[in-house]
Amino acid sequence: MAAISVALTGNPNTGKSTIFNELTGARQKIGNWPGVTVDKKVGLVEYKGRKISVVDLPGTYSINARSQEEQVVSDYFAENKPDIVVNIIDASNISRNLFLTVQLMENGIPLILNLNMMDEAERRGIRINEQKLEEIFGMPVTNTVGRSNKSVKLLLDVFTNTRMANYQPSEIFQQHLARVNQIKASGQPQEKIDEEIITARYDFIDKVMDAAVTINAADKGLTEKLDSYLANGVSSLIIMLVAFYLLFQIAFEWIGQPLADMLGEFFEETVAPWAAEAMASAGVAEWMQSLVSDGIIVGVGSVLSFVPLIFTLFFFLSFLDGTGYMARVAFVMDPIMRRVGLTGKGIMPLIMGYGCGVPAIMGARALDTHKDRMISILITPFLTCSAKVPIISLFAVMFFPDNAANVIFALYFVGIATAILMAKVLGGTAFKGRQSTFLLELPPYRMPDMKTVLLETWDKGKGYLIKAGTIIFAMSVAIWFLSNFNSDGMTEEMNESYLAGIGSAAATIFAPQGFDTWEAGAAVVTGVLAKEAVVTTIGILYGADEDAVDTDDAEGTANVLMATGMATAFTPLAALAFMVFTQLYSPCVTALGTIKKEAQSWKWMAFAFLYTCAVAWVASMLVYQVGRLLGF
Amino acid sequence: MTLKDTQPGMVVRIDALGESALKQRLMTMGLIPGTRVEILNSAPFGDPIALRLRSYNLAMRRDDAASIQVTQLK
Repeated sequence: MAAISVALTGNPNTGKSTIFNELTGARQKIGNWPGVTVDKKVGLVEYKGRKISVVDLPGTYSINARSQEEQVVSDYFAENKPDIVVNIIDASNISRNLFLTVQLMENGIPLILNLNMMDEAERRGIRINEQKLEEIFGMPVTNTVGRSNKSVKLLLDVFTNTRMANYQPSEIFQQHLARVNQIKASGQPQEKIDEEIITARYDFIDKVMDAAVTINAADKGLTEKLDSYLANGVSSLIIMLVAFYLLFQIAFEWIGQPLADMLGEFFEETVAPWAAEAMASAGVAEWMQSLVSDGIIVGVGSVLSFVPLIFTLFFFLSFLDGTGYMARVAFVMDPIMRRVGLTGKGIMPLIMGYGCGVPAIMGARALDTHKDRMISILITPFLTCSAKVPIISLFAVMFFPDNAANVIFALYFVGIATAILMAKVLGGTAFKGRQSTFLLELPPYRMPDMKTVLLETWDKGKGYLIKAGTIIFAMSVAIWFLSNFNSDGMTEEMNESYLAGIGSAAATIFAPQGFDTWEAGAAVVTGVLAKEAVVTTIGILYGADEDAVDTDDAEGTANVLMATGMATAFTPLAALAFMVFTQLYSPCVTALGTIKKEAQSWKWMAFAFLYTCAVAWVASMLVYQVGRLLGF
Repeated sequence: MTLKDTQPGMVVRIDALGESALKQRLMTMGLIPGTRVEILNSAPFGDPIALRLRSYNLAMRRDDAASIQVTQLK
């Protein structure tokens, strides 16, 4: 027998993904729907000898093609005839959830109605007569309580046993259909027709509600009580800031960084010596040994050390998202984001940008409009991602020993100020358009389903791992080659290498910024590979022992470098200009690759590279020239 | 009175939706004439506002709420 094809559809926040994850577990594939950045999730289940393929359609409120998600769902039903379509409904929010149901039925799509979160509905005093619903809609009605295994088994039974042909829409639905057809044929302007149909649907839903649902409105629910603190007035803003401070503290300092250090140590003390020994004893050519030890292991190791941080951050964000708090963050931040021309929903990608630009750029896909997504993607590179922190800490400690903390704070500020300014500029030029709106469901607070949180974490983290792994691997080899070779072949002296040549060429454009040395130029070039490389390159080029350059220990590294030529290569003002430039210029290659993927355009990737470099060049020149005028 | 002018704690009934780019999205989310809406809480500086209607909670900006005519019930 052929596989049974099942499609899951429903509103956002109905627990649809949780049901999908319970059904398919790890046997799911996540890709993209053609032409859009909407996740396509497909999984295969075997049950009682039947193969069942399940597709999880994106959560939508309707299928009017007003968003990418709605387009995907309406295209899917136009092109596919799955054996079974399950419409997953949040039972505690049944009235609005039924809107999609009615619209799908009007389009002649045979459905199974699955009432999810029945326990929550009961707590809310909502009772649903399933028998009555079956009669009115003429479709099988099932119920689940989110993440219970029993519920899922029950659904699988329904998939394998239901004969959709046995069900016929009722008289009352036929009447609704007749009314819709009448409106369509009324010859009014399309807008008017659409509005009347929406009203007709809710009229029908209100009849269904009267017949099959009783609501004994309980007192304010837990959600409303929590929201009077977590999403109300200025105090909610303070609670949010504290929550995120703690989140970052836990994610980075307590869990991410120790794991990263362990991994880094493992690479340095176990993998590298082992590889060196193995290659030496096998008599591998010297250049090959250098390539593996100095190029690949160092390069790939530096990426891998980010993996624990990224995964921890994704885990916490997925968890918070599952609780429903993220919607409140957007709500609380909207008054501030609106003044920049963005919406509250745009805050999440920006917050992530302080950890790493890659997930931040990926996070922009959750925004409503193309304008919001593009502006968010294009301003993210100005934020102080964790890889830029070593640069500003090192330079601040070295050149401003008395004011290091203030200088570091000032650079964070330069980053966010530039991002805000560019959001305004881009919003008024390249992405001119009407003011964005903010319409957001605030789902009830819930305990997230751990399986869903872990799968989401793995899915997002895996993407980073693969992308970063491939690009960084290639770039590590390239940088190794450039810093160890010149036209005569391999060279011991780095200042005779190709990299030195490129560095001097790059340095010529930094005369107005006061740091036109080839070492600085080379650091800027390697920094495009990964921002951590700026400090590493500077350290190596100024002749510090490689082991003395520790990106986590600015003070120690500064003490070592003070003894080298670096102390005199930069004046404090030139150092400040260098910090401003590296804070603002091009996103790293991994981020550039992500921009290409998310904006689906090489053109915007090139733009992101060029305009950030231009902004950085101008800003750092202003710092240096104005500083000189002021007599520093 | 419009939904824009309401304060947390009020309960209103929607009378009509004026023309706006958002009109059909608002209607799709269940803001139909006759619907009962409770104003729950508001973000810092009083905008956006959180509403409860049809057993769920929805946030919107006051500017977007200006096109919605309402009558106060409580």
